[in-house]
This record gives sequence, structure tokens and C-alpha cells, in this order.
Amino acid sequence: MQWFRMCDLFFWASTLSSTALVEIRDLNFTYDKRPVLQGINMTFPKGKMVAIMGLSGCGKTTLLRHIGGALKPSKGSVKIDGQVMHELDQAGLYAMRRKMGMLFQFGALFTDLSVYDNVAFQMREHTDLPEDIIHDLVMMKLHAVGLRGAQDMMPSELSGGMARRVALARTVALDPMLVMYDEPFAGLDAISLSVIGDLIRRLNDALGATSIIVTHDIQESLKIVDYVYFMAGGVIVAEGTPDELRACDTDFVRQFVHGEMDGPMPFHYPSGDYRQELNLRD
Amino acid sequence: MAAMKTVRAIGHRVVDAVWRMGSATRFFALVLLYSASSFRRFRLVIKELFSSGVMSLIIILVAGLFVGMVLGLQGYETLKRYGSESALGSLVALSLVRELGPVLAALLFASRAGSAMTAEIGLMKATEQISAMEMMAVNPIARIVAPRFWAGVISMPLLAAMFSAVGVFGGYLVGVVQIGVDEGSFWAQMQAAVDFREDILNGVLKSFVFGTVVTVIALFEGYDAQPTAEGVSGATTRTVVNSSLAILMLDFVLTAIMFRGN
Ligand SMILES: Nc1ncnc2c1ncn2[C@@H]1O[C@H](COP(=O)(O)OP(=O)(O)OP(=O)(O)O)[C@@H](O)[C@H]1O
Ligand SMILES: [Mg+2]
Repeated sequence: MQWFRMCDLFFWASTLSSTALVEIRDLNFTYDKRPVLQGINMTFPKGKMVAIMGLSGCGKTTLLRHIGGALKPSKGSVKIDGQVMHELDQAGLYAMRRKMGMLFQFGALFTDLSVYDNVAFQMREHTDLPEDIIHDLVMMKLHAVGLRGAQDMMPSELSGGMARRVALARTVALDPMLVMYDEPFAGLDAISLSVIGDLIRRLNDALGATSIIVTHDIQESLKIVDYVYFMAGGVIVAEGTPDELRACDTDFVRQFVHGEMDGPMPFHYPSGDYRQELNLRD
Repeated sequence: MAAMKTVRAIGHRVVDAVWRMGSATRFFALVLLYSASSFRRFRLVIKELFSSGVMSLIIILVAGLFVGMVLGLQGYETLKRYGSESALGSLVALSLVRELGPVLAALLFASRAGSAMTAEIGLMKATEQISAMEMMAVNPIARIVAPRFWAGVISMPLLAAMFSAVGVFGGYLVGVVQIGVDEGSFWAQMQAAVDFREDILNGVLKSFVFGTVVTVIALFEGYDAQPTAEGVSGATTRTVVNSSLAILMLDFVLTAIMFRGN
């Protein structure tokens, strides 16, 4: 857990000036007595892009759900803009969420609405904009993800990657101040991947939004983010800026960059002895 | 030991059932609480009226026609023994308006529209559409559930009325056109026997109650489903079973209250 303390110093020094939008302090969470998050501390400064990486099942989506206020921590807190998420009432929570966008891991497009209506959904729910302005806004968002031509299709007619891009357009429909992306790059081809990567970066910079990206794609994310947290088994095992991570040559980062199975992070979900399970005898 | 186990299992099931009934009631209260927006945006209700009401229309009409025809045949056979075939019209109409219309239409509605509602909402939950909506600060009970609830409550009495109307026509086809009961007395007897308040309003009231119960059960099961394929299929089955039982039990209770002693 102290692999990167050295690298941290630099980052903290550089962010002292900018204020934090999201602060996670000693966050613990258990699903039916099984600890999923243990003592997480993270800071997401305003206007920055931060990546959260880690193996499948290490609790990244669970963490995002806490930031969105969809789960209550067992211990600790998530503070956004100075407000503790789990202490807000429904009205306060909804007011906070109107300033957030979340791209779900599997898109979560509304299957009974067309692509156009999916992107227009929040504009219609939350604003009184006239339909022709909504039309223009939707076209701009769809154009940005390269799917203006798919506006009349239903979600069931889209490929996985197209659905994810529509979901991305929907997520940023109202230009949120905090955007969370759960695996924005999964299932995208090389071209879409770098286009979407650029798009996320541009959205972040143009809107002054703060972005949190959960991803497995270390190469793409190191190119675009300002800071990276590595998680394993519910704790943070490493963190730093992309440059620091490239420079800091630990087992940990090597395992990630090269996708080696053996290393400090276990590939296996905690389990009993394999040989015993197969009833093998020596 | 085995007896203890059985008792405990029964106890568990009872507690479970009471618990679920409590949650369903709470859910119902929430739906009512968040209904205001459905009326402000009635367009949403109309869309659901189409998918639950209009889509059930064919099955309701066909079933109504056949039930009416069977009533015509059976009623004629029985009435003939007492030489009162001319009462066929009132027998067909009263059976339909008081009982068969509301009950059978509700049973069909539960299996056609209720199961579809449960599956739809359960799948929305399984594919995180409900979570996504909550993350967009849109209340899913107000946006998804309430319009479907009102669509169900509105369409049920209409469907039951159509069931009865088509059923009367089926009885007419068999009784008058095929068997040859006197047409004038068929309609005249019917008109004399069916009372607006006593029969028609009570029938409408019944189907209103059934519509409410079926729709609440269907929506609750969908909203409460485990977000997996098995969870959704189990919930769909429970919708059909529970709402059918609820319809038949409530029908007895309502009939006992409405038609006691006359
Ligand atoms: N609804 C749930 N009930 C019980 N356990 C859960 C539930 N959802 C997630 N978990 C557990 O919590 C842990 C973290 O899950 P999470 O979805 O946060 O992982 P993740 O890091 O997003 O993984 P991936 O990269 O595969 O999406 C997993 O071990 C999972 O088994
Ligand atoms: Mg995940």
C-alpha cells in the first residue's frame, strides 16, 4: 500500500491550489458481510480527469455507485461539493445528481425509447426547452459520438459499441459538472476508442467538468488522464500521475501494463485450494 | 423433528407473505404519491394505455364472444326444462355484467398485460435502466410505474365492458340466430332484468378494483424482481398466479357485499 507514497507528494503539491470536487474519506462497504471496499481515500480535483483502474471485481463500479449516492457506505463518507452524499435527503440527492452524469458499464439505454429520445430524455425531464432546441442539442451530442445517422434506431438495433457511444452522448446531454464513466472503452474498435478518448478529454476541458474514468485500458487512459488510482481487493494499491506511473517501475504497474497474471494483484477471486477442489491427491 | 421443521417452514412462508404484502402496500402508496406527474403528462399514460389496453383488446373480444356463445347454449338447455327460454337474454346479460365480464376480463388482462408489465419492468431493472434513471435524478416510480398503473386502472373497466358487450352478442348469436329463441323477448327480458345501479355499476366497480389489484401486483413484482433472467421469469409467473388468486378471492368478497340477500 505504500508503493507510491513518493510519487504522491508531487501530485498533492500540484493540486493544493485547485479545490477538490469529490472527496472520499475512509470509505468502507460490505455486501452481505463480504468487504468490497476497505478504507478508500481519494480526491478528485475540480476540472481534472482521474482514472480508477483495477482488476475485474475489485470494487470499481461499487465505488462509482457510492459517488452517485446509490449505495450507502458502511463507514466513511463521500463528499461532493462539500456535501456528504449519504446524509442528503431525496430532494438534495436528486439536486446533486442533476449536476452529475454517469455512463453505466453496460450502457443502460432505455430500451423503449429511440436513440434520439434516449439522448433527449434528460432535456425533456429537467428543462423546458422547446423541441427545436432539444433537436439541435441532441444532434450535436450524437454528432460528437459519430452516430447522428442512428437517431431513429432503437437500442436493440445497435451494436454493443454503438450503444455505448449513444450512452455516452446521453450521459453528457446536460453538460454535467461531474461525469463518471464506467468502462467507456470496452467493446470499442481502435478508431472509436481514440475518438471517444479524445472526446472525453475535450468534454472535460471545454466544460470545465471533472471526470472519473473506470477502465481497464491503461494505454488509452494514460494518454488522457491527469491522475490514476490502482485498486485491488477493495483497497488502493498505487496512485500517481501518468508520467510518474510510467517512470515508477514497480511489479505492480508492470503487471498492469503487460497484463501478466502473476504479480502483486491476484487474478483469482479468493478461493480454496485448487487441487483440493478437483479432488486431486498427491 | 420433522414436524418442527414443517411448522417452521410454514411459519417462514407466512411471515414472508405478510412481509411482501406490506412492501406491496407501501409501493402502492408511493405510486399514488407520485401520480400527479402522470396526470400532468398524460401523454405517458396514453402510450401505456395503448400497450396494455389496446393490445389486450383482441384476446378480450374473442374470449368474450365465445363465453357468450357458451352461455347462450348452456342457458338455453337449462331454461328449456322450466319452459322459460325467453329469459335467456336476462340470464346471459346478468351473468356477464355481474360476474363473468369483470372476472374473466381481469384474468385475461392479468395474463396478457400484467405479465408483460412485470417482465418489462423487471428487465429494465436487470439492465440497470432503473438505476440509470435514478442517476439522472428522475424518479422511476413517477416516470415508469405511475403511468402504467393508471393505464391499467383505466383500461380494465373498459375491457370488462367490451367483454360483456361482445358476450351478449355471442349469446344472441347462439340463442336467437341459431336456436331460434324469440328475438323480441330476448332483448326485452334483458332490458327489464338488468338494473343500471345494481348490476352495471357494481360490475364496473368490480372491474375497477380488479384492475387496481392486478396492475399493482404486476408492477410491484416487476419492480421487486431479482435483476436476473430467473428473477424476472419467476416474477412474471408470480404476477399471473397471485393476481388470478387475488381476483377470484376479491370477487367473492365483493359479490358478498354487493348482492347479499337479493
Ligand atoms: N449486488 C451485489 N451483491 C453482492 N455482491 C456484489 C453485488 N455487486 C457486486 N458485488 C461484489 O462486489 C465486488 C465488486 O464488484 P464491482 O461490480 O464493484 O466490481 P468492478 O471492479 O466494477 O468489476 P468489473 O471490472 O468486472 O466491472 C465483486 O466481488 C462482486 O462480487
Ligand atoms: Mg464494474
